[in-house]
Amino acid sequence: MGVRKAITGAQAAAEAMRQINPDVVVAYPITPQTPIVEEFAKYVADGIVDTEMVPVESEHSAMSATVGAETAGARAMSATSSQGLALMWEVVAATPGLRLPIVMSLVNRALSAPINIHCDHSDVMGVTTVGWIQIFSENAQEVYENTLLAIRVAEDNRVQLPVMVNQDGFITSHAVEPVEIFDDALVQKFVGVRSLDRALLDVEHAKSVGPLVLPDYYFEFKRAQEEAMSKVFEVYHEVGTELSAITGKQYPFFETYRIDDAEAVVVVLNSAAGTAKAAVDAMRAQGKKVGLLKPILFRPFPYAEVREALKDIPVIGVLDRSMDFGACAPVYSEFRNALWKLDRRPAMQSYIYGLGGRDIMTTEIEAVFEELLSGKLDPEHQRYIGLRG
Amino acid sequence: MPTLQEIALKTSGADARIVSGHRMCSGCGIGSIIKTVLAASDKPVIVVSATGCLEVVTTIYPFTAWNTPWMHVTFENAASVASGIEAAYKALKRRGKIDEDVNILAVGGDGGTYDIGFQALSGALERRHKFMYLVYDNEGYMNTGNQRSGATPFGASTTTVPAGKISFGKPQWRKNLVEIAAAHRISYVAQAAVNNTMDLYKKAQKGFNADGPAVLAVLQPCPSNWSFDSSLTMQYSKLAVETNFWPLYEIENGVVHINTKPSNRKPIEEFLKGQTRFRHLFKPGNEHVIVEMQKMIDDEWARLLKLEESGIQF
Amino acid sequence: MSERKTWQELELGVELPAATSLGYKTGGWRVLRPIFNASECTHCMICVSYCPDMAIPVAKSEEGVAGKGGRLFKGVVRLATNLDYCKGCGICAHECPSKAISMVREEEAEQASCKL
Repeated sequence: MGVRKAITGAQAAAEAMRQINPDVVVAYPITPQTPIVEEFAKYVADGIVDTEMVPVESEHSAMSATVGAETAGARAMSATSSQGLALMWEVVAATPGLRLPIVMSLVNRALSAPINIHCDHSDVMGVTTVGWIQIFSENAQEVYENTLLAIRVAEDNRVQLPVMVNQDGFITSHAVEPVEIFDDALVQKFVGVRSLDRALLDVEHAKSVGPLVLPDYYFEFKRAQEEAMSKVFEVYHEVGTELSAITGKQYPFFETYRIDDAEAVVVVLNSAAGTAKAAVDAMRAQGKKVGLLKPILFRPFPYAEVREALKDIPVIGVLDRSMDFGACAPVYSEFRNALWKLDRRPAMQSYIYGLGGRDIMTTEIEAVFEELLSGKLDPEHQRYIGLRG
Repeated sequence: MPTLQEIALKTSGADARIVSGHRMCSGCGIGSIIKTVLAASDKPVIVVSATGCLEVVTTIYPFTAWNTPWMHVTFENAASVASGIEAAYKALKRRGKIDEDVNILAVGGDGGTYDIGFQALSGALERRHKFMYLVYDNEGYMNTGNQRSGATPFGASTTTVPAGKISFGKPQWRKNLVEIAAAHRISYVAQAAVNNTMDLYKKAQKGFNADGPAVLAVLQPCPSNWSFDSSLTMQYSKLAVETNFWPLYEIENGVVHINTKPSNRKPIEEFLKGQTRFRHLFKPGNEHVIVEMQKMIDDEWARLLKLEESGIQF
Repeated sequence: MSERKTWQELELGVELPAATSLGYKTGGWRVLRPIFNASECTHCMICVSYCPDMAIPVAKSEEGVAGKGGRLFKGVVRLATNLDYCKGCGICAHECPSKAISMVREEEAEQASCKL
């Protein structure tokens, strides 16, 4: 039984970082991630943590210094959003190749242009292919727990890959919710200490990290990286079970809500899942059989488990908070991929919502359910929720 | 007082921090620079390379010429990666997880320092990380065949700003990295050249032992791309110093100190001739470029002398 | 060239143990070979300092070795060039103050050494 605090998603991420007390934190401020950095900086200034915090001059340097610190042997963390992620993309792409277990908070914000500081998922969806583990959080409690989980998954010997813990910008990061913070000592025991086996600062065992690799070997290195990604499922499951002992919660790859006899299911990530649950309840109260599937682990993508969960659902609406211009939206695409193998595939409809922080209402999700149940779908085209025109 | 004999033992023995078998071009100046600088550290050295000649030629998987901990990430972040290593070092030492003292050396070419790595360097200096930044300056992006950088001198022909019928090559002078570094008010910045091993070694020692960050800029004539016979690398470095093209000086706690003052400054043509990248300057119609170049060099030198004489602090 | 590793056999991350380049003999690049005339050498260490390939080994010598003018040079002395790695750039020959090194075409030097 932990202590309940009224805190924002950003503060929840900072609380997790406080308990982890990493060796190094490197970050550059960007709205709406800034409060994470500010909270943690206060912990440093007050001696609540003894982390070495480096206030760098750009996000590219933030990820670079985090990579340097982690390679040196430190446990290093960072945080960013949107343009910051875009600026550090080059180094973000290099990190999984270097097999560095960095955990970064990503506060989801729309990508320019136009410039917009509010929530959507275009930032994270632009970086799904390079090999970071990606976990999504519906609320501040999940942000907190996912961050603790992420450290252990990342640093596991079978994995050694970086993790992004996502939360919705402003909606989760800046809204106050009750969050249960678990006992410092229990959490620290769970998180443990990073091994120095690979530390560059271990000067007795000098090594060269990041050499040039030509066409004769590059492919093999990437295959090895993919193998590590495939191990994430079993590690995530094991670590989740261990964390359950402290929190009493479960850590599945995705959450299902009232889908057992559902005739229509909506798929949606992060905070809008909370909104969708309210919509599900409202529909169910009217006797309509609807449900929700909320992805949590998005990379690696649990195709087999998703297929198993949704195989008997007649119709699925996938709500994406980002677009893939000229192609199918990212979450919709993955779900289509997952359901491809079924002999009898559910009908599917792609929806785009919430770009640039546009709110989504329970009534709008109820309207989606009505549409799904009516069968009036347009599978060749994505639909837009709350768009004028 | 170090001797060349002591330095030789360090650079050529089994404990040498960089070894043979690398793929530097025959006659490349970087080999002499890096082995001398590495030898100047009395503690183990952690090296961070930016993408560039040194990184590529020393680490083509599965071969590495580094006999000291080394890492490379991308082109522009040697200084920021080094910042992270330094932070890790402080944290791990403080927490008792490691006990060895180390020096941290970030190395970039002029491309990875004057241009794409400029911001990371500036940030690292401003934050006062304890590390040394070494730039081996061959005045262009030489690993990829001589593209222009912010360090390319006025009048040089590069593949991206070539000399041609209506162009004499680079129309701008070059950045003064030493002064830019000094403007960050760091305690030690120095300019050295590959042909003067002792001067380079002593400056590297000072840099490693400096209070806070240090920057060391070393001229590295490039036989492949400046284009001259591989045996003439040191000769061109010497000419660069003798023509005042590349003065040897230090800025210690903000005060300029010039190490070598040629009594009879050689005309810049002595340095330019024989280098293919400057060959076009000797064609009729381009005389004015050499005249202008000479003036720039003389003005810069006069200015440097004044800075030293005045004792003014950066 | 040895058998290339499979992806399963690779090191974790992109990491290499130190100094593996010693397994790559750049001596094969040579067009010119430095011929060292030890009787002219003063062991000034200039060639050693300059060699980009660390191809001139040195050793401590208490007894000293004979060099220029028949004198005995003690302390640290240079040894024969390591032809496994010397690329024949010619910097040593060009810079030697005693002209103790000359550059000879590799094929000729090879033939000359075979004849011995």
